[in-house]
Amino acid sequence: MATGIQFSAVTHTYRPPRGKPVLALDGVSLEVKEREFLALLGPSGCGKSTLLYLLGGFLPVENGDISVGGKKVQGPGPDRGIVFQNFALFPWKTVRQNVLYGLEKQGVARPERERRAQAMIELVHLNGFEDSYPSQLSGGMKQRVAIARTLAVEPQILLMDEPFGALDAQTRALMHEELLAIMRRAPKTVVFVTHDVREAVYLADRVAVMSARPGRIKEIVDTRLPGGTNPEVQQTPEFAQKVEHLWQLVRDEAIKAQAQATHG
Amino acid sequence: MILRFLIRIFPLVLLAGLWEIAPRIGWINPEALPPASAVAVAWYRLLMSGDLVYNGVSSLINVSAGLSLGIVVGMAAGVLMAWYPAVDAAVSPLMKSLYPMPKSALIPVMILWFGLGAGSKIASIFMGCLLPVVLSSYNGARGVEQTLIWSALGLGASRRRVLWEVVVPGALPEIMAGIRNALAISFILLVSSEFLVGQRGLGYLISFLGDGGVYDAMFAGVLTVAAIGFFADRVYLFFMQRTLQWRE
Repeated sequence: MATGIQFSAVTHTYRPPRGKPVLALDGVSLEVKEREFLALLGPSGCGKSTLLYLLGGFLPVENGDISVGGKKVQGPGPDRGIVFQNFALFPWKTVRQNVLYGLEKQGVARPERERRAQAMIELVHLNGFEDSYPSQLSGGMKQRVAIARTLAVEPQILLMDEPFGALDAQTRALMHEELLAIMRRAPKTVVFVTHDVREAVYLADRVAVMSARPGRIKEIVDTRLPGGTNPEVQQTPEFAQKVEHLWQLVRDEAIKAQAQATHG
Repeated sequence: MILRFLIRIFPLVLLAGLWEIAPRIGWINPEALPPASAVAVAWYRLLMSGDLVYNGVSSLINVSAGLSLGIVVGMAAGVLMAWYPAVDAAVSPLMKSLYPMPKSALIPVMILWFGLGAGSKIASIFMGCLLPVVLSSYNGARGVEQTLIWSALGLGASRRRVLWEVVVPGALPEIMAGIRNALAISFILLVSSEFLVGQRGLGYLISFLGDGGVYDAMFAGVLTVAAIGFFADRVYLFFMQRTLQWRE
């Protein structure tokens, strides 16, 4: 099944319950190739998460078009798994029950879903915590549960909304390695929203830099590095160069975004 | 541990001691406050005669019926209001106009509509319990994080399943706090509606004994209602903490 993603002239207006409408995205066109890891990089409030929610089918596409494998996105679907910054685990369910939820919804038979849930829990190294509630886990563990829950239904596309933004630096670095290891075992098309330049360069094949509100694609940068992706690559001059280049692009937009935030 | 317990019950023991002594040595008119021992004896007599059990059971049935009805209707209304804007638009003006009304003022209306028997009591308790449950369900359901709902939808749940499997459990902590308020209100409305009319129930027993001037027995009835209310709240609290044990 084809999993390439096509955004064509996507424009989105955010209408708050009170106050005037805000143009969040303005004519975004972008292509994500099959099994590509694409990062959406931009200052806060630039609409990068909105773009992800539109792709997820959580918000209606009002202007323009988003298609996955040539098919228009119309509502959420298990072909696109999403991981949120705030983990979004069901707090009244245990780790195992959280991971099982999607498999139940997909109608997977009981023995099979127990087996697959256990395999996912082992994949994210949470053996022994199957019967813990999310409130008993650390942030990094919670996000590993969320990843396991999302991957359990085997989506072809993984949407990640600043997934490691709420974690401390060490945990974040470990999660980067875990995510890359998982992607090497079962490659997927990934759209990864972040405002962390180093994270974007390290994880992604390409980085799409977005402008301050209204969000537009400012530039797309190829960030594949010679020697592949491993922690050592972050010490190379090539890596530093890419980070510097992207940081220059993002900085102007971040300053604009700050001005927007202070002047309303 | 034992010392702590003694310190905690000391004020109660002191109060009981004062209650016994003050009417006996003439600090307080024994007509207005019969001594504790006299109330205890009266309570034992009421229990043995069967009056306490007969009226107590009748009251408990009314409270359970009114409260259960309030919980079921209140949860359904509150959650559906939060989930469907059309239901919200249709129902919320009604709820808002009922909100500031003292529910005991509705008792005469309920008597007019549902008669002098159990019906009017159950209806009054229902009216009193309804709004706290509606409001807590509404606020609880609206407070469920958007990303939780999206996660379930993304994993393949239908909107209807999401309502049952995410919105209701997500709102449960608030709903259960609202039910605890409703439980307290239900006893207030029970006793006041039984004071007004009827031939059975603890409220009826209290007012009957009071009118007859049997004050030690009347106090026994009041204490029984207070004890049942306190006990019901403790049992509910225990149940609530067990149900919500997934919280930190």
